[in-house]
Amino acid sequence: MGYATKSPWVIHYDASSCNGCDIEVLAALCPGFDVERFGIINTGNPKHADIFLVTGSVNERNISVVKQIYDQMVEPKVVVACGTCACSGGIFHDCYNVIGGVDQAIPVDVYAPGCAVRPEAIIDGVVQALGILDEKSKALKAAKRGA
Amino acid sequence: MTFINTLIGTVAFAILAPIVGCLLAGLDRIISARMQGRVGPPLLQPYYDVRKLIDKDDVTVSGVDGVYMTCALVFTAFAGGIFFSGGNLLMSAFIITMAALFFIMAAYSSRSPYAEVGAGRETLQVMSYEPMVLLMAVCFFMAAHSFNVGDAFKLNMPVITLIWPAFIGFLFILTIKLRKSPFDISTSHHAHQELVKGTTTEMSGKTLAKVEIMHWCENVLFLGWTGMFFLWGGPLSIILAVVVALAAWFFEIWVDNNFARVKWQLMLKSAWIVALVCGGVNVVFLAML
Repeated sequence: MGYATKSPWVIHYDASSCNGCDIEVLAALCPGFDVERFGIINTGNPKHADIFLVTGSVNERNISVVKQIYDQMVEPKVVVACGTCACSGGIFHDCYNVIGGVDQAIPVDVYAPGCAVRPEAIIDGVVQALGILDEKSKALKAAKRGA
Repeated sequence: MTFINTLIGTVAFAILAPIVGCLLAGLDRIISARMQGRVGPPLLQPYYDVRKLIDKDDVTVSGVDGVYMTCALVFTAFAGGIFFSGGNLLMSAFIITMAALFFIMAAYSSRSPYAEVGAGRETLQVMSYEPMVLLMAVCFFMAAHSFNVGDAFKLNMPVITLIWPAFIGFLFILTIKLRKSPFDISTSHHAHQELVKGTTTEMSGKTLAKVEIMHWCENVLFLGWTGMFFLWGGPLSIILAVVVALAAWFFEIWVDNNFARVKWQLMLKSAWIVALVCGGVNVVFLAML
């Protein structure tokens, strides 16, 4: 495993979540789960982050924000959709303003379902995302060497 | 000879300070986590972070922030080299300020409003601590009759016996210098808000890695300044200096974890009052001695 997987810094964005999933994301950082054990830091800055945690569904108002945060993140990067709404739109899927899950806006690597998503599910999702991050990191290195 | 000494010192500092600083940063995070009832990351976590940042893709807003950060790193190494080779304390203080200015320039160069706010705040931090740093150097000169740190070994008793008020003042601004709460207003490790990330908002990858490494080196240098107060007689007093520096460092971590961030007005006012009272009184006392 490369260094990318040993220091995954996350950025969390609340697209249109009811705050249930947001609280669970923060709970993962608290003493009970303490994900800093694995080097995970909540950065709050897309340019510093490796993993993009999105909660809530995408709608007409926030789709541009989700895209912009994703674009500002530096490669290699992965996206984890946290919660049912972020995965598919959830109970809001047929609302007039809701476009759907996060994958309608940006490419999603891991889906972590749940309403609200449990901290264990988030950690599980992030661990899966680390595998993908490692592959992307290796691909980037190979591309750099080739160029 | 002094030039060669400084050069050797700089090279040695450039190699050793990142190693020591990295371990200190790792310990800092573990101790902080334990104070918060958590387990905390592995000891080498800061090293993993920097290695990851180096592996990241190259993205820059202005194209020059990386160059500014390289300059900041070089000046930090020089400042450390001058100090640890027993050179001029005042020169070391000026050159580390030069490094701080390059860091501010790197933040300004992106023209991002968040980074500019951070750069403005970093400037205020420099304004806050600089008077006390200069007064500390003046006090050291008046007590040791030399600006050269190496001359401290010729003294009969450590300078702390004459300039303990300046030491208290220095401990106060050490919090700003080590970027610890309540004075971490320009950038913070514990930030979850973009504005608080300040100076480093637009930095990523290798540039951010340089910021981290510079921070490690700075920490080692400032802890060296802390230990300097306790040097006398022979090189054996270095043991006491290291113990005191580590105690001061632990105290700073405790302060970091127990105090909320203040506004810049309070930081500037309190730092200048402390500098005038502790440093000023000490200079007057030494002048009359």
